Amino acid sequence: MSDSPVVVEQHGPELRHHFVTAEQQREASSLGMWLFLATEIMFFGGMFCAYLVYRLNYFNEFAAGSRSLSLKWGTINTIVLICSSLTVALGVRAAQMGKRKLLVILLLLTIVFGFAFLGIKGIEWYDKYKEHHIPGASFNADDLVHDYPQIHIDQAHEQIYFSLYFAMTGLHALHMIIGVGIFVFLTYYSWKGLYTPEYHTPIEIGGLYWHFVDIIWIYLYPLLYLIDRKPLG
Amino acid sequence: MSEHILSSKMYYGIWIALMILTVVTAAVSTIDLGPFNTVVALLIASSKALLVILFFMHVKYTSEKLTKMVIISSIFWLLILLFLSLSDYSTRHLGHA
Repeated sequence: MSDSPVVVEQHGPELRHHFVTAEQQREASSLGMWLFLATEIMFFGGMFCAYLVYRLNYFNEFAAGSRSLSLKWGTINTIVLICSSLTVALGVRAAQMGKRKLLVILLLLTIVFGFAFLGIKGIEWYDKYKEHHIPGASFNADDLVHDYPQIHIDQAHEQIYFSLYFAMTGLHALHMIIGVGIFVFLTYYSWKGLYTPEYHTPIEIGGLYWHFVDIIWIYLYPLLYLIDRKPLG
Repeated sequence: MSEHILSSKMYYGIWIALMILTVVTAAVSTIDLGPFNTVVALLIASSKALLVILFFMHVKYTSEKLTKMVIISSIFWLLILLFLSLSDYSTRHLGHA
């Protein structure tokens, strides 16, 4: 037994000792992130479910509320998020190839897109505030009743649409704020040169989160903005 | 080497497809298709989501079957949530007819 060969493993400090290979370590991290995203799907799923039930019951109010949102800002924000997903995807690629400068630039661009999205969201929320469309004591949808005489609108049901609008876009915006925070950290460590072609899991995992938040918006956009945009007869 | 490095052309292609689909869904929403407005909007949204998942999130190229299982299961759970809730709410009035 004394002359049995001793295996000395050769690997970088980034490989934790409980993993056999770097690939296994990477796949474990990725799987963990996907499990987290599965819980996020159920988290947002509860809201989508509430939306579906109320939309089927109060379609008129949902249609009128949807018309009162800005199609221009909603579409621009969708485009902003799609561009940010591109910069994230290219950023992961830059990390895979070890291009540090390119990675930092792409991560910074992503943060800029993130702030642009939140800024536009802020403009939209402020418009709703001015129009008294925020649910609560000062809620007033008389303007919608006036603008869309073809649609029968119940003010209480209209509040449900706007409650869901603010809850869903609010929860999404919270995810965006957290995402921007994560990307600030990723940018800092990328700039420090922590990520290499061998080890860049945080970039990959952060990217998965960002793309997930993008996908939520891809569904929120038609469900909130495009309910009923056809010309009123 | 299980980690594929995709060409940047591929990413730009997906990006252009997502942009076109966004403009198309905004334009189609202003045309009266009856009940199909919602169907078209959701189909386009799901195509966009699929493009992001498969290419931007690298699911098409992952060798890890567990990842795919987690994704498919979570969509399945979501459908359970939506369909069972709807089957309740959409049949409640039947007892009071």
